[in-house]
Amino acid sequence: MEVDKNLKRKSRIRSQTKARFNLKSQKSQEVINGYVFLLPALLLLTVFLLYPMGMAFYYSFTDFYLLKPNQIQFIGLENFTYIFQDPEFKQAFKNTAYFALLVVPIQMAVALGLALLINQKIKMKVVFRTAYFSPVVMSLVVVSILWTFLYNPNEGLINEMLGVFGISPQPFLTSPNQAMNSIIAMSVWQGAGFQMLIFLAGLQNIPKHLYEAASIDGATPWQQFWNITLPGLRNVSVFIFVTITIAAVKLLVQPMIMTQGGPLGSTKTLVYHIYEVGFNYRDVGYASSMAVVFTILVLLITIIQRKVVAEERG
Amino acid sequence: MRKRKLIKNTVLYVFMTILAFLFLFPLIWMLVSSLKNEFQIFEDIGSIRAFLPPAAPEGGYFANYIAAFQRVDLFRYMVNSLVYTIGILLCGLVVNSMAGYALARFQFPLRHFWLAVIIATLIIPPESIFLPLYVLVYNLGWVNTYTGLIVPFVANAFSIFLFRQFFLDFPKEIEEAAKIDGCSQIGIFFKIIVPLSKPIFATVAIFTFINHWNDFLWPLVVATEDRMRTIQIGLQYFMNQPPIQWGQVMAALTVTTIPMLLIFIFLQRYYIQGLTHTGSKN
Repeated sequence: MEVDKNLKRKSRIRSQTKARFNLKSQKSQEVINGYVFLLPALLLLTVFLLYPMGMAFYYSFTDFYLLKPNQIQFIGLENFTYIFQDPEFKQAFKNTAYFALLVVPIQMAVALGLALLINQKIKMKVVFRTAYFSPVVMSLVVVSILWTFLYNPNEGLINEMLGVFGISPQPFLTSPNQAMNSIIAMSVWQGAGFQMLIFLAGLQNIPKHLYEAASIDGATPWQQFWNITLPGLRNVSVFIFVTITIAAVKLLVQPMIMTQGGPLGSTKTLVYHIYEVGFNYRDVGYASSMAVVFTILVLLITIIQRKVVAEERG
Repeated sequence: MRKRKLIKNTVLYVFMTILAFLFLFPLIWMLVSSLKNEFQIFEDIGSIRAFLPPAAPEGGYFANYIAAFQRVDLFRYMVNSLVYTIGILLCGLVVNSMAGYALARFQFPLRHFWLAVIIATLIIPPESIFLPLYVLVYNLGWVNTYTGLIVPFVANAFSIFLFRQFFLDFPKEIEEAAKIDGCSQIGIFFKIIVPLSKPIFATVAIFTFINHWNDFLWPLVVATEDRMRTIQIGLQYFMNQPPIQWGQVMAALTVTTIPMLLIFIFLQRYYIQGLTHTGSKN
């Protein structure tokens, strides 16, 4: 009897420790698995994103010149102080800000207008939606080349079309006053369909009974738009606002292909200036300091967005 | 009342059709002009015929296409673009889905820290690191190679995030059943999870394809030799080498757009789903 009890106890302890051991090995197995699955992505992100980011920061304090990679000298804040004296940077910053300040509200308004149109009870919804969205399918390069021809002052299609309405030919891309506006018009045309889809999703998330209740109360469509639609689109609008703004400060392809930054530097943008200084003039040090400033700018926009959205939730 | 509605509807449809024309006319003009000879393009530009296909042009409808492919090695550029885009896409699907799965499922130290780091990298604009990245790729000897084009963009924080969100909602029971049957974790992932997660793989694949098919800055910087150029970079040749043949340019632009169009026509559903998902979820 006594022996039997002892045996039972022993086997119980044994099975308990076994279970504990199993649990432990399972846990360590999970740690190993976790890192095996995560490591490839983590390594790639570190080597090709975080490391270059760090290097951009480091280069920004040096006189690193692409043709003399072995003679890097630490020069402190010299690059950064030069930024404020660089007339080209000043102009590029102004151009970029001008583009963003115009393109963001216009593109948002156009996208919202299109979404409201499509969201009605109409036939051929898909046809119209596809039509408005179709420019998004084309790449910026394709669109830029295509519109360079459309904007052609002498034989371009747009001047021919304007001529039908008795409007005299415009210089578009060849005039310092019109070049950036022409790029803005084209960019809105190309991009608005994308935000239209996001607005559409936002519109469909607004509960229908709100509109029903409002029309019973005798609210006009205009009042419904201001009091139901716009507040209902708040989060979506913030998202769209930020994505367009960030895309706008990155403007590069259109001016690079359509105007080469001209005429008279009127379409030279921040990223274009960074590209030229770094890649054409090979002054990686100075270009990196501008890239750092550029990153901080993008960061600020993101932080503002977080603040606005957080306010909404809190 | 009914009459008023009819008028209102007519105005609406006319307005929407005019808008549709405004959005479509450059596209139509591009397609139609690619089928015309140079003389015809300029002849038609002042009238409605600018948007109508030509009647039997000399040399056939595809004369510009043939000439464009003969003048510039468009075929090579297309192949480069496909290798670049699909390379990033395939490697990215494996690497990012695994990372997303790890962050959604496994308990391991620093898990939340790594998630935060990955999400933070979303803020870094690629435009701000292309110079140091070029220096790095140059030092690795990868300039003008597919490796140099593809590898830096395989891991993608946004894709990882999308995968993680998907796997968080994925039922655990299936994996547990497989575990009891003695399947290894890698086996479970590739044999069971992946086949059951087609929608998210499709969404990430489409986003990746569209983004990288349209890439400009990185291929411009890293593929300096003509034979390594992608189609987006190669197109510029038509602009920079006079005489500019408009018909050929339009043919080349059309050819560049076709893969995107095809993707869009066939996979529209997944694309719009993914888009609205990211937009409204913020």
